[in-house]
Amino acid sequence: MAVKRIKLKIDGKKITAKKGQTIMQAADDADLYIPRLCDVEGLRHQGSCRVCTVKVNGRTMASCTQPVEDGMEVENETQEITDYRRDLVRMLFHEGNHLCPICEASGRCELQAMAYRLGITQPTKFPYLQPARSLDASHPDIALDTNRCIRCGRCIRASQDVDGKGVFGYVGRGIHRSVGVNGDNLADTNVDISDQSVALETCPVGCIIQKGVGFFNPIGQRQFDNALIGDKPNGGHDDEC
Amino acid sequence: MAELKNSITEAVQQKVHDRILGQICADFNNDKHRMMDILLQIQNRFRCINAHSMETVAALLGCTRVEVEGVVTFYSFFSRRPKGKFTIRLCDDIIDRHAGSAKIAQALENELGISMGETTADELFSIDYTACIGMSDQAPAAMVNNIILANLTPENIRSHIQALKSGVSLEDLVEEFGSGNNAHKKLRSMVNNNIQKPGDVLLCDISNNKGLEKALAMTPQAILDQIIESGVRGSGGAGFPAGRKWAIAANTDDKVRFVFCNADEGEPGTFKDRVLMTERPDLLIEGMTIAGHTIGSEYGLIYLRGEYAYLKSWLEHILQQRRDQGYLGKDICGVKGFNFDIRIQMGAGAYICGEESALISSCEGLPGEPKTRPPFPVEKGYLEHPTIVNNVETFCQIPRIIDQGASWFYGMGTAESHGTKLLSVCGDCERPGIYELPYGIALDELMEMVGAIDVAAIQVGGPSGQLIGRNGFKRRICFEDLPTGGSIMMFSTKRNMLEIVEYFLDFFIDESCGFCTPCRVGNVFLKERIDKIRKGHAVSDDIDYLKELSNTIIKTSRCGLGQTSPNPVLSSLDNFPLIYSALVKESEDVLETNFDIQGALEESRRLAKHRSYIYDPDFSEE
Repeated sequence: MAVKRIKLKIDGKKITAKKGQTIMQAADDADLYIPRLCDVEGLRHQGSCRVCTVKVNGRTMASCTQPVEDGMEVENETQEITDYRRDLVRMLFHEGNHLCPICEASGRCELQAMAYRLGITQPTKFPYLQPARSLDASHPDIALDTNRCIRCGRCIRASQDVDGKGVFGYVGRGIHRSVGVNGDNLADTNVDISDQSVALETCPVGCIIQKGVGFFNPIGQRQFDNALIGDKPNGGHDDEC
Repeated sequence: MAELKNSITEAVQQKVHDRILGQICADFNNDKHRMMDILLQIQNRFRCINAHSMETVAALLGCTRVEVEGVVTFYSFFSRRPKGKFTIRLCDDIIDRHAGSAKIAQALENELGISMGETTADELFSIDYTACIGMSDQAPAAMVNNIILANLTPENIRSHIQALKSGVSLEDLVEEFGSGNNAHKKLRSMVNNNIQKPGDVLLCDISNNKGLEKALAMTPQAILDQIIESGVRGSGGAGFPAGRKWAIAANTDDKVRFVFCNADEGEPGTFKDRVLMTERPDLLIEGMTIAGHTIGSEYGLIYLRGEYAYLKSWLEHILQQRRDQGYLGKDICGVKGFNFDIRIQMGAGAYICGEESALISSCEGLPGEPKTRPPFPVEKGYLEHPTIVNNVETFCQIPRIIDQGASWFYGMGTAESHGTKLLSVCGDCERPGIYELPYGIALDELMEMVGAIDVAAIQVGGPSGQLIGRNGFKRRICFEDLPTGGSIMMFSTKRNMLEIVEYFLDFFIDESCGFCTPCRVGNVFLKERIDKIRKGHAVSDDIDYLKELSNTIIKTSRCGLGQTSPNPVLSSLDNFPLIYSALVKESEDVLETNFDIQGALEESRRLAKHRSYIYDPDFSEE
């Protein structure tokens, strides 16, 4: 039996989607990029960073969790939505301590890349919260510099769902919400360097660091040196994003 | 030898500790969905939930320690470090502040020799601030463990402390009891009901079970029709039509369905559900039982906020009484196959749990985070089953509608808001308390009723509602104009409006779950800018900044908390523009007026022991 395709528009472009897909999945299939940070292929959708916010028939919603419906008119890269996304990305910068020039994730950092995509070169609109955050270097292979954590929870979901371990979890509430580890420190957990939760592509920023492999790509060859996040180096869209 | 003895004692203590933890978990069948109950018991027993307890509980419940820690660190009534035998939580609501809670804090600190947030060395007392405990009509108020102390003065708090120090038990601390059922032997509370104006639906003379008995003779569809026709809308604030909610749940394929009552009355300034649970508990349970019959559910749950723990044994007494009378349990009222029972789920200090999907998360033993919609709770709620969540007041209205008829209820109120509304009035007025009034009452009519003279502003609907000024006093309380879950705060001309706005933002910062970026971070930025304005450092750009930031927070937050948290800023900007314009300066030199050059220079001046004739305002040659 033929599956009925759902028809919708994203920024005026007509696309079709399968029932049960999210707006973001439908956009990805149509090679249209919707900016995102907490969502990554292979992990369950969370909808917490809100960077993927789109407007549908006048209402804003997170495209990574919103199922497609027939006749949706989705606004993605409009001025209004881009303004929201800029504010959200700025909030993430200002909430933590992000010092790009000394961060080994610079050039492959999705937060930094998203700022460039959205045209933020000087994140100075908001006050810097400059929180005192910890560094956990207890584990022989992995270090956590929580100054750079953006609470996306990708490590949490990867550990629970891919590794079947539960090494990471959210603790605290409100502005004090953070990613905790399942023990007194990382060395106290059963995390392993081969786990998906600590893989380089899981952490979008430079919070989870593998010891001994820092600054491995020279400037010019880093992931986002030649194209904006979401774009292909040749000007199209990057499949893996 | 002594060391060995100590280590043996420690090992024995550890074993006893672990045995108690094991027993507590076993009492709840090692079910991780009962995490809240388990942690509350551990907190009560050991006055803290330390890393060892978390690890033990995790092992027994089959989850990770960090999951347990996520719950422990989410709710403000749990603590990782030991609290005192008596934990005093002083209500830090704006109304309590205006009523002099700072003096109570001072008296506590002096009497105990510690600061707020600390525990005495003998571990007898801890003192903390807490968000609104639902006693704004008898402020300042505090909780000592589960006991409520209202109408506090520095003198009476001192004598309470001295009594506890001298060995008076917590049960005997309160000697005079409040009005109505507060004096019942199962309640014994000093709380007063302050029912100032009973209305025609809930606070008039009502004979119990008439609605239920009628309902049991009706088909579920006939009941749904009545509820829909009555026009009754959720009383928690959002106003979703109750009949539609029930109809969706009733029409799901899933045969296991739940009836949840939201008694997490956390909106600052609201206390009407507390009064309903004190004076109309039967009506509430009757309403839930009708809901069970209507949507086809056997399981009810009352989510009672931690601050109302003093009501728990009272409600349990009523539940048991109703079981004994055949109004709850198996074959209710002799109707074969109609089984319905209710349990009470305690909260532990988290405003966000008043959001229905966060409430469900909490009942599932998780941090009180809202869930992603869709699916909606009526389709997939508690443990993925259809769940209707209604406010205490809404459930109380149901038996009355069934008994008196839909048109009777529909006839009261306005075109889109039917029936009566219980208003919790507090703040600067002569007669704070509960007013049951038909929807549509104008603010100035209400002011006259409550004896509010010299009022400059009224906060309608709590912090997430609207701050209304004099030009809005003709506005009406109803869903078409000013909706409210019940909170009405009166502020006199003596009050500082921006202090109120800043307090509300502090409240949202404390109570945001932190899940999504805009609510977690954005509210902190709003507060920072209001603070700047209050200090007189702001320029007109800061007003645009507040509006833009508010809009981003409203448009991108996941749940109602973030979508309404900028309301204090926006409604005060709309209704009190003069206050802002009086404080906002235009910068003559295009420099930021908030840059405090004296403050910036102070440290280097101190280090250099050198003063500047350019920058020192008080520089003189001598």
